[in-house]
Amino acid sequence: MTGQRFAELHLDHVQRAFGDTVALKGMDLTIKGGEFVALLGPSGCGKSTALNCLAGLLPLTGGRITLDGKRIDDQPPEKRGFGMVFQNYALFPHMSVRRNIGFGLSMRKTPKAELNRRVDEAVRLVQLEEHQHKFPAQLSGGQQQRVAIARAIVLEPPLVLMDEPLSNLDAALRLEMRTEIRRLHQSLGLTTVYVTHDQEEALALADRLVVLRLGEVQQVGSPEEVYAHPVNRYVAGFMGYRNMIPVTVTSQEGENTTVHTEGGIKLVGVKREELSDKAVAAIRPEDFTVVTEAGDNTLDATVEIVEYHGREQAVEARLKNGERLHVRTNSRLAPGDAIKLKVPVERVLVFA
Amino acid sequence: MTALLSPRDRESPSPRDRKSLERASLKHRLAEKGVDRVLWLLVPGAVFVVLLFVYPFLYGLQLSFQPKGGGSPFQNYITFFSDSYLAETVWITLRLGLPAALFNVLASIPIAFRMRGRFRGKRALTTLLVVPITLGTVLTAEGLLAFFGPTGWFNRIWMALGADEPAKLTHNYWGVLFSLIITGFPFAFLLTLSYLSGIDPTLEQAAATLGASKRQRFRTITMPLLAPGLAVTFCLSFVLAFSVFPSAVMVGNPAGETHVMSIAAYETALRDNDFAMGSAIAMLMALVMLIVIGVVLIWRATLYRGATGGKG
Repeated sequence: MTGQRFAELHLDHVQRAFGDTVALKGMDLTIKGGEFVALLGPSGCGKSTALNCLAGLLPLTGGRITLDGKRIDDQPPEKRGFGMVFQNYALFPHMSVRRNIGFGLSMRKTPKAELNRRVDEAVRLVQLEEHQHKFPAQLSGGQQQRVAIARAIVLEPPLVLMDEPLSNLDAALRLEMRTEIRRLHQSLGLTTVYVTHDQEEALALADRLVVLRLGEVQQVGSPEEVYAHPVNRYVAGFMGYRNMIPVTVTSQEGENTTVHTEGGIKLVGVKREELSDKAVAAIRPEDFTVVTEAGDNTLDATVEIVEYHGREQAVEARLKNGERLHVRTNSRLAPGDAIKLKVPVERVLVFA
Repeated sequence: MTALLSPRDRESPSPRDRKSLERASLKHRLAEKGVDRVLWLLVPGAVFVVLLFVYPFLYGLQLSFQPKGGGSPFQNYITFFSDSYLAETVWITLRLGLPAALFNVLASIPIAFRMRGRFRGKRALTTLLVVPITLGTVLTAEGLLAFFGPTGWFNRIWMALGADEPAKLTHNYWGVLFSLIITGFPFAFLLTLSYLSGIDPTLEQAAATLGASKRQRFRTITMPLLAPGLAVTFCLSFVLAFSVFPSAVMVGNPAGETHVMSIAAYETALRDNDFAMGSAIAMLMALVMLIVIGVVLIWRATLYRGATGGKG
């Protein structure tokens, strides 16, 4: 089972408005065959709108979508032939698991022998052999999810669209299905567009992330790029926790920027955006190291709260100016300890 | 745990305590089966049903077996089927009730289908479709007489278009059928709309992404999930139409082609003062309705009747 590969799916200034509200403001994106792309953002960012536009369930109000140069945004969903996994699975309640999975094939008038063979294969792929004659209502959430995935991929679609497929599962099952989805992607090579609001899920699954906010693309890049090198303050705040310290810019030398916090603590960091006077310094809790000697980029702080997390501790410390910092460290600390926290220059990201 | 119990707790319960324990557990067991004090709320309803439905029904049933002129207890029923003027009422009523119910249910499907989404003017349109329910049969019948009558608007236009004589659409079968459709449609429409909006719209979207055309989606997804609801809608519409009375008199031909069962029962009981025969006709009316409903429900039992995933 391998998808019909295409070379390039191109979204050219795709726009979608609902009345006066524009849900998607001119999205440009190129998806290469075989890629796993995650659309990531909080609710209302336009990620589901983008997915529905790709599937053909929502007509565009502007822009175009082309598949290997052929325009497809004027085609109805049934002509596009993209597989889709819905958030609520949308399994047909009056059909058995087998008939659900075979639905797309029977709509295409596939000969019976071939239909059975391909359904068998899909059932085996998602490990539902024992449940294939049951009805959706008799299945658990994870099993329903597998049926939904099998139903979408049995047609070997050029593109699989997934709309928050794991959000209705409990935490343990979510991890298991996440691995399952990644495994299916790796073994079948199906080009996948995956919508989620969970940054951890997106980082774990995708080859490429598209971070959206209020209908606009903020950043497109590999998980590592987006995680370690966010292009703006919004992405920095969204991708994992960062301490956001309000600062005043005092001097800039190329990338390196010197800033002062309220209370005059000096920090040197890397500029990520065009800066004016006021800025924020974004630092991840795990980028601090507890040191004994004063030096550059070293902050004096007092430990206030310590949480034990096994190998490391999550510490809330307070700077002299009253600012609270979250720190993760292997050092054993106790409330009331006076500590020095050092952070490398390249890990201090300065945003406007 | 036992170590934590005070010595008093460990003593075996006194006979009185034990009795109250048992009483509590009985109450608990009943509550588990859904028996609790809230059930008392059912009493007024149950009394109402017994006094106003079960008793009159049984009274009428036994009355129908006591023919006015004496003889076999089945004499009234024998008379009914041997008198062609009476026996024919079954066919006449079915001929009105079945097409009216069928038309109302079928016509409500495409309209309800269109009315599912949100759009401007939906409320106004729904109101317009539902208003006839509030008018009552008499007002509808008068409107029909004025509109479809020999000098009504319809026939004036019909004649202006070059017809030789006015179309006869009142005081016959058609007048009653129109009336049943006008008063019955809103009811069927409201029921169908609620059944239809109980079907999760993403099911159809899913079918579309799997390559099903509009027609295939309707045939394989919407219809199978809607059919049980349509069966119920049909039954209720049919019962309403089958018991037609005022419009059969006002816009029909109550002595001839719209001599329906309810008119026959009314005439026998209150004009000819033969209550026993009237009851027999009423019982037969109920029987015919039950047979039709039974057939429809047996068909419905063969369908999928589980969850449809929607908000309904």
